[in-house]
Amino acid sequence: MDAALIALGLSLKVALWATVIDLVLGVGFGYLLARGRFPGRDVLDAVLTLPMVMPPTVLGYYLLVLIGRNGPIGHWLQQHFGINLIFTWQGAVIAAAVVAFPLVLKGARSAFEAVDVQLEQAAHVLGVSPLGVFLRVSLPLAWRGVLAGTLLAFARSMGEFGATLMVAGSIPGKTQTLSIAVYEAVQAGQDDTANLLVMITSLTCVIVLVAANRLVPNRAQGAA
Amino acid sequence: MKRIAAVLLICAAGAASAAEITVSAAASLSNAFREAAAAFEAAHPGDRVLLNFAASDALVAQIAKGAPVDVFASADQESMDRARPHLAPGSRRDFASNRLVVAVPFGSKLDLRTLTDLRQPAVQRLTTGNPASVPVGRYTKGALEKVALWGELEPKFVFGTNVRQSLDYIARGEVEAGLVYQTDVASQAEKVRTAMVVPTTTPITYPLAVIKNGPNPAGGRAFAEFILSPGGQSILARFGFGKP
Repeated sequence: MDAALIALGLSLKVALWATVIDLVLGVGFGYLLARGRFPGRDVLDAVLTLPMVMPPTVLGYYLLVLIGRNGPIGHWLQQHFGINLIFTWQGAVIAAAVVAFPLVLKGARSAFEAVDVQLEQAAHVLGVSPLGVFLRVSLPLAWRGVLAGTLLAFARSMGEFGATLMVAGSIPGKTQTLSIAVYEAVQAGQDDTANLLVMITSLTCVIVLVAANRLVPNRAQGAA
Repeated sequence: MKRIAAVLLICAAGAASAAEITVSAAASLSNAFREAAAAFEAAHPGDRVLLNFAASDALVAQIAKGAPVDVFASADQESMDRARPHLAPGSRRDFASNRLVVAVPFGSKLDLRTLTDLRQPAVQRLTTGNPASVPVGRYTKGALEKVALWGELEPKFVFGTNVRQSLDYIARGEVEAGLVYQTDVASQAEKVRTAMVVPTTTPITYPLAVIKNGPNPAGGRAFAEFILSPGGQSILARFGFGKP
């Protein structure tokens, strides 16, 4: 039971950090893609959406090659900061953040696109700075779509398995998240442990979804 | 639409008529069994060998849940013991042996001569299979417990879900050293080298057996016999496995 709770805590920690990173980057890139006019915009959108359609093992392999000890990014981090991401919970955060990122991006982009450009222009004419327009007009109007994408990203991060296993490994108490603990228990033929873990996982998912529905009021109420 | 249905029918008929033999084998047997399967198919036209590689305990878990398997080849006796209720009586035989080694990335400058050298601070991370589900992890745990190093070294370990995952961690240089089989090192000779051979508390022998309720027990027996025959044994020897 203790081990299961530790795995749950780790899953929540990893998912929370991954979601925070995705929220910041997703809102930034979502706004850029919705309002920016620049060459290669469609290509950028496609590249940023890739994690949603690619198998997690492919992403895991990319990450292993890039942030591994001999990879270009991993080597640089190790040499300049002594940071190693492989087999750490921070590595698991990166894996989960990459996998869940498109969910925030897509939600944010369509939410920003739905914001009336005239409102932004009016604010601009009235002398509000571009950052002010973004923070005081666009973001408040797009907030619901952003939040919906963010909650989906949190749920996706909680369930991340393939890329996480490849990048962070399966170290009990350190990088062994709920989904990986389930896999290990089934591999070892420990059905009791597996049953307990899947029950905790299912319960957590239901709680997250119910919370999501409460947090994001439905459109009818919101419009009133 | 009709054409699709016709194609599906032909595929279904093809799957039913070809004699398929499903073999679940320990991950360390990957390369050797792939070649053995090709040799077996060449000698038995019409038979097809389907190979399923994973950690031995994962394979037992699959068999216990009713996976359609004809032959099971494991990397230690313990996992085969656990599969006992599902084995065809009298079909269990030892067919190969192996050795446990400490392996390091090929370019490693570490000087590792005894297991005690693994305590040095330069060895930050070690890898082997998870002792709960992977035979190589159990051999490692036993060997390190015998020299009273397991308790101290365990926190350094990153456990793989099978021996080949641990081997990959070593080959990529993500760990300073790992405990794998001698035959694994031979399969990645350009990236990994052996630092020392580790004495194990129980000899590393590989048993195989035919599964009682498998879909093709006759084919399973034929494949098991092939592995034990001089032809099968010479393939295993070429990949570095010893006599049982």
